[in-house]
Amino acid sequence: MAGMDDLPADRDLAAIGLLQDPVRRALYGHVVAAGGEVSRNQAAEAVGVQRGLAAFHLDKLVEAGLLEATFRRLGERRGPGAGRPAKLYRRAAGEIAASLPPRTYATAAHLLAEAVDQAGADPELQAAARRAGQAAGRRRPQAGRGPAIEQVLGARGYEPYRDGAGLRLRNCPFAQLAHEFPVLVCAMNLALIEGLLDGIGEPPGRAVMDPAPGRCCVVVTSKDNQD
Amino acid sequence: MATHHLAQVNLATVRAPLDTPLLAGFVAQLEPINALADHSPGFVWRLQTEDGDATAIRPFEDERIMVNLSVWESLEALRSFVYASRHLDVMRRRREWFHRMADAYLALWWVPAGTIPTVAEARDRIRRLTRDGPDPDAFTFRSPFPAPTGAAR
Repeated sequence: MAGMDDLPADRDLAAIGLLQDPVRRALYGHVVAAGGEVSRNQAAEAVGVQRGLAAFHLDKLVEAGLLEATFRRLGERRGPGAGRPAKLYRRAAGEIAASLPPRTYATAAHLLAEAVDQAGADPELQAAARRAGQAAGRRRPQAGRGPAIEQVLGARGYEPYRDGAGLRLRNCPFAQLAHEFPVLVCAMNLALIEGLLDGIGEPPGRAVMDPAPGRCCVVVTSKDNQD
Repeated sequence: MATHHLAQVNLATVRAPLDTPLLAGFVAQLEPINALADHSPGFVWRLQTEDGDATAIRPFEDERIMVNLSVWESLEALRSFVYASRHLDVMRRRREWFHRMADAYLALWWVPAGTIPTVAEARDRIRRLTRDGPDPDAFTFRSPFPAPTGAAR
């Protein structure tokens, strides 16, 4: 949100500014990629800095609203001998955004989604998403490492990771809109990912809906466990 | 235990009779999705005939309109089933099977725990929502209202 002086909110600017520090950026990246709660020791070890320094930077990230901290006892021990609960960090639920000059695409997206929903134009939206995915899949850069679909989804902010079902997506790039218009936006998202697969020469049917609370609704099934 | 449960009604105007090929995909999902609802956390009750679903109940003048009426322990429980289960995968095909509704097609409201809403009451909540917009007596997922606190009204 732009302030009176047309600059993004101080809080958002401060949060983004914090990530200029390479240690903070590495710590933030580690916590995000872990997909759950990370202790100070784990983060320090992963990034290769002292525990005290990691703690200092992690707490700065919490202050800025990029991470959230909780306290919990690790391990099985309970009672007086169990020691203090550990401070654990995970990615904050909120979103940080800054645009210069000010742009409010979220408002436009919201209005467009509302209109598409009221017009019942789900099929047209899905077709447009499929076409956009196909075009983007065909345009992908050739150089990267790892499977093409993982690169393409990674570049689009999905944060893919592997589990037994195939490729899951930790981040929903449309989270706010998907919360307000779940059927419309999740179906759009599935069609987009089907299009990406098609564009890079993979069977679009590898993308299936497998929604559960707290993750992207789509899973890209492994090549060898398709029906 | 909570003093109130959440009632939901959802209307859908079918594009063709249920025994036609156009609706075959929908009909095939009725039993598995209803079973999924019945076993979902927070499910309390759903309207059904002896067929095990509510597709035969057509309480509107326009007999193409079907009614889905259910009760859940909380808004979160209903939301998880509707939007974060296999139910979502069926909903994304809604335009193949159903016409877009001009007016409100979904209404939510709180009922005292242990009571079950009637079809007539559900029709009334949809009408209110269409006429007055969301308020505590008839609201939507996007404009929710908290459960009444204290004694049931």
